Amino acid sequence: MCGIAGLIYKGKQSNVGSQMTSMLQALKHRGPDSTGYAVYSEGIAEEFVMRVKVAEADDMASGRGIYAELERRISKIDEILKENGVSIKDKSNATEYALRYVIKYDGDMGRLANHLEEVQGAEILSIGNGLELIKDLGDATDVSGAYGLQSFNGTHGIGHTRMATESDVDIRSAHPYWAFPYSDVSVVHNGQITNYWIMRREMENKGHRFTSNCDSELLAVYTAHNLSKGMALEDSLRQSIEEIDGVFTYLVATKDQLGMAKDTMAAKPLVLYESTDLIAMASEEVAIRAILPQEIDTYDPYDEEVRVWQA
Amino acid sequence: MASVNDFDLKQMTQDERVKALGMTSEQLTGRSMFMEFDAGASERFLYPWAPDVDFNKRTEIDSDEMTSTEVNEEIKKLMNEGYGTIVLKNPRGKHSLGVGILSKLNLIIEGSTGYFGVGLIDGPNVRITGRVGWSCGENMMSGTVLIEKNAGSTFGAAIRGGDLVCRGSVGSRTGIDMKGGTILVGGDTGALSGFMMQRGRMVVCGNAGKNLGDSMYDGTIYVGGEIKSLGVDAVHAELTDLDKSWLTRKLTQYGMLPKNGVDHFNKIVAGKMLWNYDNLEPSEKKLIL
Repeated sequence: MCGIAGLIYKGKQSNVGSQMTSMLQALKHRGPDSTGYAVYSEGIAEEFVMRVKVAEADDMASGRGIYAELERRISKIDEILKENGVSIKDKSNATEYALRYVIKYDGDMGRLANHLEEVQGAEILSIGNGLELIKDLGDATDVSGAYGLQSFNGTHGIGHTRMATESDVDIRSAHPYWAFPYSDVSVVHNGQITNYWIMRREMENKGHRFTSNCDSELLAVYTAHNLSKGMALEDSLRQSIEEIDGVFTYLVATKDQLGMAKDTMAAKPLVLYESTDLIAMASEEVAIRAILPQEIDTYDPYDEEVRVWQA
Repeated sequence: MASVNDFDLKQMTQDERVKALGMTSEQLTGRSMFMEFDAGASERFLYPWAPDVDFNKRTEIDSDEMTSTEVNEEIKKLMNEGYGTIVLKNPRGKHSLGVGILSKLNLIIEGSTGYFGVGLIDGPNVRITGRVGWSCGENMMSGTVLIEKNAGSTFGAAIRGGDLVCRGSVGSRTGIDMKGGTILVGGDTGALSGFMMQRGRMVVCGNAGKNLGDSMYDGTIYVGGEIKSLGVDAVHAELTDLDKSWLTRKLTQYGMLPKNGVDHFNKIVAGKMLWNYDNLEPSEKKLIL
């Protein structure tokens, strides 16, 4: 199972962090292993937020030596940023092993991210102008509280509650996945991709990197590949239904768009609510009801349905 | 339906009697679909342990702060106290509300429910003013369920009897594995509706998605709109006067009769090239049925 949720406001900002937390907490029964958020604000021109983790949550139980090791890894990251001419505007610890940098950089983002991931244990969770991507073990309230998400105001967001079926219970396998190395693109997925290894090898042959063995990561890499070729998000979603096998419903968010795609069998659920200023969607109605207590009209998208909304 | 008194009924033939009572004896497709109703039999079977409820005794449950289990236990408790009309407020998409009700009851749910709403029921009349999630009415045996808005996928999965009605549109795999009863849909239905259907009737006033009636054993599907594609072994059949009469009566009953009537409906049945239990020996048939 697994639960996915998303919302997007048209032309305005709202307390997206708090609302996404309520929606994902309502989906806890679909996946208690980990929770993740990709939330978007308008951002500041020419500045990027980089989310990076330098260890897995379980590593913190490996002994006192881990703290010195984390310091070493973080120093190394700072050093690489400096070497690449990155200006660090702000740096803060979300948790002992997860950091948030605000940077100014006009170079090759993919090259920078690759360089940073040479540091042992380091994984870039996201880089974006408007994107804040956080994910960790635990339920929605735990993760949101630990990363201070409740006060986040933004335009849109997607999220995921994970029941691990295809890979380990760790942050690496948690959703959302950032569409490395393209800023501000993230993906959440509910389902199983049956041609994962074929598609993964195809993507790797094209030069893309994978950080986990989770089949959902393929959708992020696949989307990134298509967007890098200049394909529109809607076209990428449509093409994925033809090329990716299995049962899936997935959401993709970019800096100003939110899209959804459903497989040919419509085997994975999604409930949609659309109003003039808000679109909300989730694996189950109960998540939408968590933020909209009034009586509303909702519906299920059909098989092979693709939709894209603009913020 | 005009009222009929006992004297008139006794003067009628069996065929006239069942027609006058709104019931019907018909052979839709093949011998395994032969349905015969006995006008003298009680329409609703009552379990010996079923509570004796009074429809005029009405109460409300505010489920806002309750779990699904607590709501269902409260319904049973109220039924044992004789309440025959229960209004459930603030369901807010909760799952499994109203499941396992095995006796007569008027249940009105004001709002929307989540997965598996009113599944495994045998007898109650349910009206839901909102939308329902996946698998509403799954395995229902008898009674009526009327949904005012849309419904999710696997609507009426494996139902055996009763009327399951959605005024709006429903998701995919509607009536999958249905073994009896009637499913009525006012709007559209998604892919693979009627998949492995074995008995019963499904009526879709709008459009149907791809692979309609895929691998169906028996039963009948009526579609008023366009059919994207038929599934394996699902075939068109002639819409008879009996079909039209039944469709008109059933859709009128729920205020869903299209303005242009039912003459344009397509009738889909099993081609029986894939599964066919009509040709079994009587002893084998007994095991199957």
